[in-house]
Amino acid sequence: MIDALLHYQFMQNALVAGLLAAVACGIIGTYVVVKRMVFISGGISHASFGGIGLGYYLSQFISWVTPVYGALVFTLFSALGMGVFVKRTRLSEDTSIGILWAVGMAVGIIFIGLTPGYTPDLFSYLFGSILTVSKADLIMMGILDVIITLTVLLLYKEYLAISFDQEFGMALGLPTERLYLSLLCLIALTVVLLIRVVGIILIIALLTIPAASARQFTHSLKNMMLLSIAFGIVAVLVGLWLSYELDLASGATIILTSGALFLCSFGISRLRSRLSLNNASGGCS
Amino acid sequence: MSEEVVKLKNVWAQYDGTTVLEDINLSINKDDFLGLIGPNGGGKTTLLKLLLGLIAPSRGEVTVLGENPEKGRKHIGYVPQHSLFDRDFPISVMEVVLTGRLSHTKRFRRYSRADRQDAAEALRAVDMLDFQDRQIGLLSGGQQQRVFVARALVGEPKLLLLDEPMSNVDTPMQEDFYELLQRLKQRMPIVLVSHDISAVSVYVEKIACLNRRLFYHGGKELTPEDLEAAYQCPIQMIAHGVPHRVLKEHINE
Repeated sequence: MIDALLHYQFMQNALVAGLLAAVACGIIGTYVVVKRMVFISGGISHASFGGIGLGYYLSQFISWVTPVYGALVFTLFSALGMGVFVKRTRLSEDTSIGILWAVGMAVGIIFIGLTPGYTPDLFSYLFGSILTVSKADLIMMGILDVIITLTVLLLYKEYLAISFDQEFGMALGLPTERLYLSLLCLIALTVVLLIRVVGIILIIALLTIPAASARQFTHSLKNMMLLSIAFGIVAVLVGLWLSYELDLASGATIILTSGALFLCSFGISRLRSRLSLNNASGGCS
Repeated sequence: MSEEVVKLKNVWAQYDGTTVLEDINLSINKDDFLGLIGPNGGGKTTLLKLLLGLIAPSRGEVTVLGENPEKGRKHIGYVPQHSLFDRDFPISVMEVVLTGRLSHTKRFRRYSRADRQDAAEALRAVDMLDFQDRQIGLLSGGQQQRVFVARALVGEPKLLLLDEPMSNVDTPMQEDFYELLQRLKQRMPIVLVSHDISAVSVYVEKIACLNRRLFYHGGKELTPEDLEAAYQCPIQMIAHGVPHRVLKEHINE
């Protein structure tokens, strides 16, 4: 793979895209896991398909519009919509998410149907195609990474407070709803960033698996973010290499690698806690 | 005359269109240790939410330290009813306590050194400073509750509100916890909300009973009629010996 990396631009782009994705996943995935927002993240990522469709449709009229731009705008709005829907209506949270999840995807299918001609790279949005990431994609991913990281740096203590105890945050006078909605927007940005890497259907995996692995080893949110970025990077590197060597779908291979990584870290942490229990009881007797 | 910290004047509150609180008049003074009891669903939590400015009364007026609750709430130290927080949540005791500073800190900044010192001070006040780096979920229920008290103290409150503080504390630890409250009582008035009359009555100095309406005579005594009206069924009389008496003596019974 090293050889390919040196010679092929697309391999270099793929690598950079993977690393940029790992940063966003590590940070936002940590919130998704500790604040239990996995289902709503799944909803946001699937609803983004509506934006892909919208982008396709509009690109025939406006030349600079791409499906990803469509996804960016549409996903932000659907994240906000979902957040407000979940908080303000009497429907249960999972019901409202389920509705918007499906409606978003249906919008995408309709728009794609309305767009004349064949849409050859549709599958690349559903399943990812890290090997076709362009320079422009990378620039956009980089910008999204910067926005995500800066926002989290600025609002770290507020996000920590509402993630741990929303009710107490309200009693403190924190704007808990606005903070929650902004967090959903960050998830939306992460989703857009990940579409090219693993595809809409597998995004939820990268938002959960590295963070869930990191959680086995630390009790600090900050360390959990850093560690899950590291796990994400390992998953991307190994996954990319395996997919290259074995000629497998890159997105799926990255996910399977991170799945394997999770199994390992889960096993290690179980083993460690058993050992420390043994030591503790040994020390007492 | 002692200073008034909280005042409710003819306060009515509605929740989802039904009246939860009816014509509540209550004043809490600077050196009060008030137990607020009442059946579940009697409006205790609603009353706390009124004080914290999380809901507005449908009628009447709530003042906290002479201001409206939204402004006054930063002077209230609040210990919420023990929520089923995720025991695995990656947060240390120190970080939990620091969140109590958020009503005072500026947005977009890190916690200052002074914030950290205040948090350490609050942890010392509840005898939990040694545990500051521990993950919160690894502590016992009683220890967690102390940490949540520290989190309330770190905002330098002028009133401490505790909602069902004993629900997650083992019985042997409850005594310790009440002693802590006795100590804190020297510094600020305390309102303790509980559905359990007997547990509260021994320690608090005044008792009010709430079920839509408030039964309160400015002291520790409630009449059986009050309790019956509040709980809407005859209540078993409990007496803890003369020093801890809750109810009036019933000479003729």
